[in-house]
Amino acid sequence: MAGRLTPIALGATVFFLVAAAAPLFVPSWATLFALILAKGIVVLGIILLLQAGQVSFGHAMFFTTGAYAAAFWGKFVGGGDIVLYLALGAISSTVFGLIVGLFVVRYREIFFGMLNLAFSMVLWSLLEKMFHYTNGADGIRVARPTLLGWAFTPETFQYVILYISLLIAAAAFIGVQRYLDSPLGHMLRAIKSNETRLEYLGTSARRVLLVGYVISAMLGGIGGTLVAIIQQIATPEFGYWTKSGEFVFIAILGGGAHAFGAFAGAAMFEIVRYFAAAQLANAWQLILGVVLIVIILYAPNGLIGLRQRDRRAKQGGR
Amino acid sequence: MNSTLATLAVLDGISYAALVFLVSVGLSLIFGVLRVVNVAHGSLYAFGAYLAATFSIAVAPTSPWLTYPALLAASIVIGVVCGGLIERFLLRPLYGRDDVLQLLITFAAFMVMDNLQRLIWGVQPIFANEPLKLLPNISVFGVNYTSYQVLLLPCVALLTLIGLRYFLRRTLSGAVIMAVTEDREAATAIGIDAKRVYFVTFIIGASLAALGGALALPTTSLVPGMGADMIVLSFAVAATAGLGQIEGTAVTALMIGLARAFIIYIEPEFEVLVPYLLMVLVLLVRPFGLFGATSLRRI
Repeated sequence: MAGRLTPIALGATVFFLVAAAAPLFVPSWATLFALILAKGIVVLGIILLLQAGQVSFGHAMFFTTGAYAAAFWGKFVGGGDIVLYLALGAISSTVFGLIVGLFVVRYREIFFGMLNLAFSMVLWSLLEKMFHYTNGADGIRVARPTLLGWAFTPETFQYVILYISLLIAAAAFIGVQRYLDSPLGHMLRAIKSNETRLEYLGTSARRVLLVGYVISAMLGGIGGTLVAIIQQIATPEFGYWTKSGEFVFIAILGGGAHAFGAFAGAAMFEIVRYFAAAQLANAWQLILGVVLIVIILYAPNGLIGLRQRDRRAKQGGR
Repeated sequence: MNSTLATLAVLDGISYAALVFLVSVGLSLIFGVLRVVNVAHGSLYAFGAYLAATFSIAVAPTSPWLTYPALLAASIVIGVVCGGLIERFLLRPLYGRDDVLQLLITFAAFMVMDNLQRLIWGVQPIFANEPLKLLPNISVFGVNYTSYQVLLLPCVALLTLIGLRYFLRRTLSGAVIMAVTEDREAATAIGIDAKRVYFVTFIIGASLAALGGALALPTTSLVPGMGADMIVLSFAVAATAGLGQIEGTAVTALMIGLARAFIIYIEPEFEVLVPYLLMVLVLLVRPFGLFGATSLRRI
């Protein structure tokens, strides 16, 4: 693949360019695109695990970890900086991912998903109930941080955070692709296709999955920090199971077979929500649900899959 | 904690466990037969409750006693209509496909139903506690409690447990369901219609969820989000017991119900935490649940 401009790589380039340019003309899109990119980063992590055939129904726990890392610093220490927040979010979610990962990588399929869900619900109930530290369901406000000491007005800040999200999203996208193309990434995929054979080759499937899991937790944490900064709040709802479901939904919507599916899915999800919420405030969830049903029944490989199916059909079916 | 408080906690725990059991056993049954975790299960619970409210508010002026059949009717209507639609049009096209897709399509059904529920019944809390008021209060070791909660609910739960056991172990239809669960291909080969079995099982499971909701109606107020809360809770119970374990679900529901009730009186903040913490601990030691049979690692 390297060196050749595939249609998907072209699509990704166009997408990132649009995300960079469009908000310059329509200011209200800056936040929309920043959210798309931030969520796309989280979904990249889900897609990473999908490569190994595993679905985490609790990934919102890393998303919340990242969000609360920023929120707690603002509440208890004060005076945050974007770079500091992102570092905190990345480190805390990586450590948390390593701890949870050590347990969950022993399981596969439904048991993997179940255990992830259980861990995430424990975190959610702690955040919801430790009122003294977390303000309970109201969440913690995240004050607008500086960037390397520079303070911004709200108007400028939305562009600052957009371009930071864009930078991180592009880096994460390229990084994940490089990882999936590396030997370690190929081993990760082998967990889905034939785990026994992978072990006979002398590698530990658990260790391979653990590396993937920790990376995916870190991506979840970074995305969470970004969303907390963009929306200026962190609430326990960030870690509720429906949020985890939403991330898996976006991954399937975009297509789990390719890293770009994360951003394609996030873009479609947020844009549908953005316009549906404006037009039919009471029914946006209904519309998204129907979109999901249609995608699953008629295009189970997601938006990216539409393109791949097309190509496969030309090669004479699968 | 004195003995009165302890009695109160036990009674709370039992009545709560009865409701949770009804919902969880439906989820467990569906998983046992179809191998699908039905994320829309909580919505079926909520729909059962809301429709029961509509029905009982409609019949209560005629005679408050009619609210009992109204509760039952609501749960059957929801189970057959919603359950039937979900199985027939969402799950059936996906059998034999990726497990993720089956899980996710029930998640889509959850999103749609959650939204429909807000559109149909609004977001204001709804109360309808006629059935609770009809039955007298009884005194248990000096503690006054409604007999609806300490007698009727546990009786319904117990009857459901016995009924399900009898149905699955002693009747032909039950044997057919067990056969499909055990080995779908072999069952199909001897002429069993697996699709019909899936359909019927899903409707039974969905009706149990709706029944749990309908029976919960007199004891709580209905609020949006009750379905989302119930699905994770019932999932925690079913997974802790071991998915597909019917008797195990009853024991686990009682365990979690009692643990939760005692925690409420000792350390109320941690009420929500109990079921999930228990689930994590059990799954770490026994991933197949407390009562689940361990099978070889599937690769």
